[in-house]
Amino acid sequence: MPSRKVLLSGNEAVGEGAVLAGCRFYAGYPITPQNELTAYMARRLPEVGGVFVQAESELAAINMIMGASSAGALAMTTSSSPGISLMQEAISYMAGMEVPVVVVNVMRGGPGLGNIAGSQGDYLQATKGGGHGDYHMMVFAPSNVQEMFNFTQEAFRLSQKYRNPVMVLADGYLGQIMEPLEIKKAELPPQNQGWILDGAKAREPRLLKSLYLPSEDLEGFNLHLQDKFRRMEEEILWEGSEVEDAEKILVAYGTSARICKEVVRIGRRAGKKWGVFRPITLFPFPYQALQKIGKGCEKILVVEMSSGQMLEDVLLAVDDKNKVEFYGRMGGSLPEKEEIMKRLGSGV
Amino acid sequence: MKEEIIIAGFGGQGILFAGKLLTWASLIEDNKVTCIPSYGAEMRGGTAHCHVIVSREEIASPIVEKPSLLVVLNRQSLDRFEKRVLSGGRIVVNSDLVERKVERKDVRVYYVPGNELAEKLGSSLFTNMVMLGATSFYTGIVKLESLVSSLPNLLAGKEELITSNQRALKAGYEYAHAAG
Repeated sequence: MPSRKVLLSGNEAVGEGAVLAGCRFYAGYPITPQNELTAYMARRLPEVGGVFVQAESELAAINMIMGASSAGALAMTTSSSPGISLMQEAISYMAGMEVPVVVVNVMRGGPGLGNIAGSQGDYLQATKGGGHGDYHMMVFAPSNVQEMFNFTQEAFRLSQKYRNPVMVLADGYLGQIMEPLEIKKAELPPQNQGWILDGAKAREPRLLKSLYLPSEDLEGFNLHLQDKFRRMEEEILWEGSEVEDAEKILVAYGTSARICKEVVRIGRRAGKKWGVFRPITLFPFPYQALQKIGKGCEKILVVEMSSGQMLEDVLLAVDDKNKVEFYGRMGGSLPEKEEIMKRLGSGV
Repeated sequence: MKEEIIIAGFGGQGILFAGKLLTWASLIEDNKVTCIPSYGAEMRGGTAHCHVIVSREEIASPIVEKPSLLVVLNRQSLDRFEKRVLSGGRIVVNSDLVERKVERKDVRVYYVPGNELAEKLGSSLFTNMVMLGATSFYTGIVKLESLVSSLPNLLAGKEELITSNQRALKAGYEYAHAAG
């Protein structure tokens, strides 16, 4: 595919990624810091024959994409933390109906309305199931504009492959940041649409539901879902920067990971053996890779824009829990390079 | 080469526009570049700023904690960011709206009568472009031609605005050239 570099914000890059992945139905309700994304879809979807709906609420938006996807459209909604909380019931419902959609959360400070600055306080909600019932969705954590674009396309591909909601989990800074983007259309495999509701002409009727009254029926279905969630482990992605010989390893995702990479760059110039382990899929989490890398180092410092949510997964992954320490900022504040270096035990 | 820049002023001065233009121009010059605007409760009269990093190398953190270059279009912005500038860094000041001098002795300072130059071109709305043009001369972080040729990316189809903004960029550059 030919490519070109343009300057886009992270929010706009998600929108373009979605359109190129074939998204033709978007419903959303405005909320900062992701408004540019809704605006982008409003402008862009009509150009490609798609449908844009500014819904009356987040509940309406997520239920609209449930309907659109059930009828065979590639569909997406996007919001920020408080809006995503309102969508949890429908996300659980779609996991139960096996309806593939893409949901983007450009996180802001919380709880409640919190504020509009970037934050990472929704990790547990995203990865452990914010809605009810034994379900998961794949969660991608991009850390720059190019990845906002790329992983949105991946989210569409994998939502179709597994017939499951997939989330792109960004934060306000990633939504707002502008960086050069190389626009490349990913090759998406043809979709199996043998389940969509498009009118039962000359075929047996189909049913999409999440209700299984007999216990044995529901448990059988649960086992099928759990098997599917396990198969998603094939898709695990992570990135190691200078981890091979690292004595101290920072674990971070999204914006926090970028700050950590800068710290490692400064440290390496001063001869410090530091590295960064960056999970890219937060569900499924790269437990095995981190376990292996954790064996060879003295200390692991988890850095998040939260009170310590991914920290729980890091503790599950690492054998020697005594190695693990945490540094977090909340409320839209950012981890500071000097503080990270101090906690690594160095006055670089 | 790596320059960490904060451009700051009040809402309505076109701070984010200046940041975006600098970002586009750096992209044209094949540098790595990031730009984070302050967002949200900004409005005309409030404060606005953006973080821009221009580098030859891949940029890790896009957050500017200590700028090597500060461009301030009003007094409040100088008060807020002066202390954060790296020792040996540079500050470009719009002397028309900043009635005090920079206190730091360990930075290079350039005063530009941004509003006056802009008003000569017809409107104080061009102050942002005047300041960016002057910054281009004083720092060389980006070429004047790159700024000029990036304008159509932000003002597609608005020929008059492209021309008037180009004129303002050049006016700032030429002022700096003459003032030295």
